[in-house]
Formats: sequence, structure tokens, C-alpha cells
Amino acid sequence: MTLLAVDWLLIIEKLVLIAIIVFASLGIALYTTFAERKVAAVLQDRPGPNRAGPFGLLQPFADGLKLIMKEEIIPTNSNKALFVLGPGLAMTAALMTCSVIPWSSHVEIFDRKVDLQIADINIGILYIFGVVSLGVYGMMIGGWASNNKFSLMAALRGASQAISYELAMGLSLIAVLMLSGSLSLKTIVDGQMAAGSYWNIVYQPLGFIIFFVCALAECNRTPFDLPEAENELNFGYHQEYSSMKLGFYLFSEYINMIMSSAVMASLYFGGFDVPFLDESTLAPNIAALIGVAALLTKIAIFIFVFMWIRWTVPRFRYDQLMNLGWKTMIPLALFNMLVTGALILLKAGV
Amino acid sequence: MQALTNRAQEVSRKPMTFMERLYIPGILKGMAITFSHIFKKQPTIRYPEQKREFSPVFRGLHVLNRDEEGRERCTACGLCAVACPAEAITMEAAEREVGQENLYREEKYAAKYEINMLRCIFCGLCEEACPKDAIYLSETFAPANFTRTGFIYGKDHLLIPNPVTEPEAYAAAKGQRN
Repeated sequence: MTLLAVDWLLIIEKLVLIAIIVFASLGIALYTTFAERKVAAVLQDRPGPNRAGPFGLLQPFADGLKLIMKEEIIPTNSNKALFVLGPGLAMTAALMTCSVIPWSSHVEIFDRKVDLQIADINIGILYIFGVVSLGVYGMMIGGWASNNKFSLMAALRGASQAISYELAMGLSLIAVLMLSGSLSLKTIVDGQMAAGSYWNIVYQPLGFIIFFVCALAECNRTPFDLPEAENELNFGYHQEYSSMKLGFYLFSEYINMIMSSAVMASLYFGGFDVPFLDESTLAPNIAALIGVAALLTKIAIFIFVFMWIRWTVPRFRYDQLMNLGWKTMIPLALFNMLVTGALILLKAGV
Repeated sequence: MQALTNRAQEVSRKPMTFMERLYIPGILKGMAITFSHIFKKQPTIRYPEQKREFSPVFRGLHVLNRDEEGRERCTACGLCAVACPAEAITMEAAEREVGQENLYREEKYAAKYEINMLRCIFCGLCEEACPKDAIYLSETFAPANFTRTGFIYGKDHLLIPNPVTEPEAYAAAKGQRN
């Protein structure tokens, strides 16, 4: 019996995949907060959190419990609906990004081919950009609804910073798209995995640096954490937030970090590709597992670099940030785009 | 102007060169420095488990001493309170009754003896002023407390355990030094 000719197995498969990926990214984000503190500590000759559980491994749960137990405060003169909406929007936008990232090739369960990607849409990159831009609304709405001048200023800063750096990010991305000829992340990764081709970082070193710097700015990470400049803005756009609403904001930031690492790994570092290994010779299930491990390793390395930069480089001044974005990053990205286009045409022999 | 140390550097107001304006070399240099700190030894002392070694002349919490027979040495003469620059010590004297000879060494004793550990500067002048060798500074320091009154240490905190009845506790409180 077929029910309306819908492939129910496909829906179940996707729902399971969504559940796994959402909970996995939440779990990874939980431990990213722990890793952040440990990395900071190690870079500063300290032991870091080591009291909760062995090696402090239960620290993130203690932090989470503490956040949940805190009193929930909604300021009297705030716009209550928007105040509650802000953190939810930030979290949703952060989690939605993971749907188009190809986590690995495919596994075979009972002769059924299951793609380890929630949605292989042909505009994957555009989708990511759209969702990331939505993330700015979480910050904007939260900052505005707080009815606090510091929150509002921080939110404005965050929004203008995100808009400025999205431009350069998009321009550096166009060069990658010219190389791969597709907006689908799966196709981009497959193109890098194909025999005889190299990772995109080989063709696009400048593009990658631009993309990386812009990703730092998009994730509000140091040296571009202007929306959270404590010493100028008290605490930033989430100043009036408490309890788990604050937790959502902080958490969505870490999820953003993971997702931008995954995007960078997919675009420039071959996604789930293991260098010098021909995956087609392995059984598909084993190859898929190796692929997931490879992508997670790449993400972990990127996250470490993010943290390493955070605990090394001081914050940029606001005018420096804008100068860098508009006067350096965008011209460089345009230059990169033109050179890539010219080289592609030259190779094609036009 | 003469430099005070040999580490003084003249402030350079030159405009940044092209390489400096790229930021990247400078940032990479900084990142190399922070990365090298991963392999450095941590100076942290994990406090409740590990404790810092004190110098042999460390002046810690006060101890009211007893003699070999376990009698309190303090006669409440008040010299320590007079000597105390922080005015941390107060005491009330009392007369020894008949039958208390095994408790107090002389006819007068301190019925109440209090040191405010928040006032005390641990200078050790009380120890120097004491003619009866009744007070000295030990090797421990005052632990944290939730209230200010908790830092006012009375005789129940200060008095050393009786060497006759509790020799182990006495030795522990006495410390390594004397």
C-alpha cells in the first residue's frame, strides 16, 4: 500500500538525520565552550577548569545547569515578545545552517542508500548565506527589544559589521563557485575529491584568507568581537538577558563557529575528503565513517585556530574594523575574483 | 632624559610600513608566541590538594601555648594587646580558683582572649612582647569564612591542645619549628 506515493522511509531517514545532527552539534557546542576555556588556560599557562568531574569534563553541564537555575529577568520597559524572540531566532538561525553541509558521502542500511546530508539543494551556499544573514536579526531584535542603549549600540555594531563582511565573504566565494561551477556544497566537495584534483585551498589561498577573516567577523569572534566589547558596551547586545536566554545567545555563537568551520572545511579543504586516500576502494559504510571523522577533525582544527586567534589578537577598533572590511577585504576579494576568472579563461583557451 | 631601567624604549611615531599594515606577519608572530606557551610549565599550585611551601619564618595564625603539664601559660597581663599595632587583641582576666592549679599555670589567667583576624597584620609583635612565652605565630593561615564575626578567634580556636591528654594534636598544632 502506498500512501499518497510519499516515500515515508525518506522522511523517517531525514528526521533521524536531523535529530542526530542537531543533537550532535548541540553536544559539540557544549564541549566547545569547555574547549574554549581549556585552550585559553593552556595558552596562558593555567590548568583551566578541572574541578567538575575528571579533568573538569563535566564543567559544561555545570555551566548549563547554572544558567538554567538563574532567575529569568525580562526588563519592564522592554518589548517582551521581541525580547523572547531574539535568542530563539539566533539559535534557530545557527542550527539551520547545518542542513546543507555534507557530513559524509552515504551509508547503506538494508540496501538503502542514505545520504549523510539533510538537504542537497542546488543553491546550498546561497541558503547558508541567507540563514547567516537571518542570524543578524537575532542580535538586532535582542539588542533593540532590551531597551538599553548599550545593547542597542552593540546590536547596531554587530549588524553593520556583519553586513560589511558578508560582502567580502560573498565576493571571495564567487571565485570558488567559478572553479567548481556549482552552488551545491555536495558538488563542490565531490569536485575536490575527484581524482587528479586538489583541494580548493591550492587554487584559492587568498580567497581562503579573506573568507576566514570574514568568518571571524561573522561569528563575532576576536579580533572582531565588537558587539561584545565589554569595556565599551558593558556586555554587548545580550546585556539585559539572563538565564537560558543568555545561554542561547552564547550557545548560538559557538554553533555558528562550528558551522562556519564546517563550511570552510567543505569549501576549501575538501569537506569529508581524506588526503591521499581513495575512498571508492573502501566499503561505503566504512568510507562514510572515515569521512565523518575527517570532517570533524577539520572542524576541530578550525575551532582551535579560532580560539588560538581569540587568545592572541586584541580587539580591533571600530574604525579599523570598517577600514579593513571596506578598504582592504572587498578590493582584495574583487582582485581575487578577477584573477581567478582570467586564469580560468586562459586555461580554457579563449 | 636618563632612562631609569635598561629596558626603556623610545616611542616610534613612524608610519607603518607596508608589511606592518598587512597585519598578518605580526599576527602570526603573536600566534607563535601564544602557541609556544602550550609547552611551558604551569606555575599553578592546585590549592586544596597542593600547598605552597612557606618560608621557615612564616608568621601565621596565633597559638596560645601550654606548658609541659598542659597548663595555660597566659596570665592576661595585656602586654600583647598593648604591643599590637593593629589593636586586634582583647582579653578579660580572671583569678584562678582553688582546684584549678592543673588548668592555669599562675594565679591570674585569661578568661576571654580574642584576636580579630581581620585586623591582625601578622607582624609577630605580640609574640615578642609576651613575657610568658604564651603566644606565638604558627605555620597555618586563617581559612575563609562567611561572616565577619567568624574571624574573631576566641580561646576555643587559639588554645593549643593539651600535650598530656592529646599529644598528637598538640604536636600537629605546635608545628615543625619549635
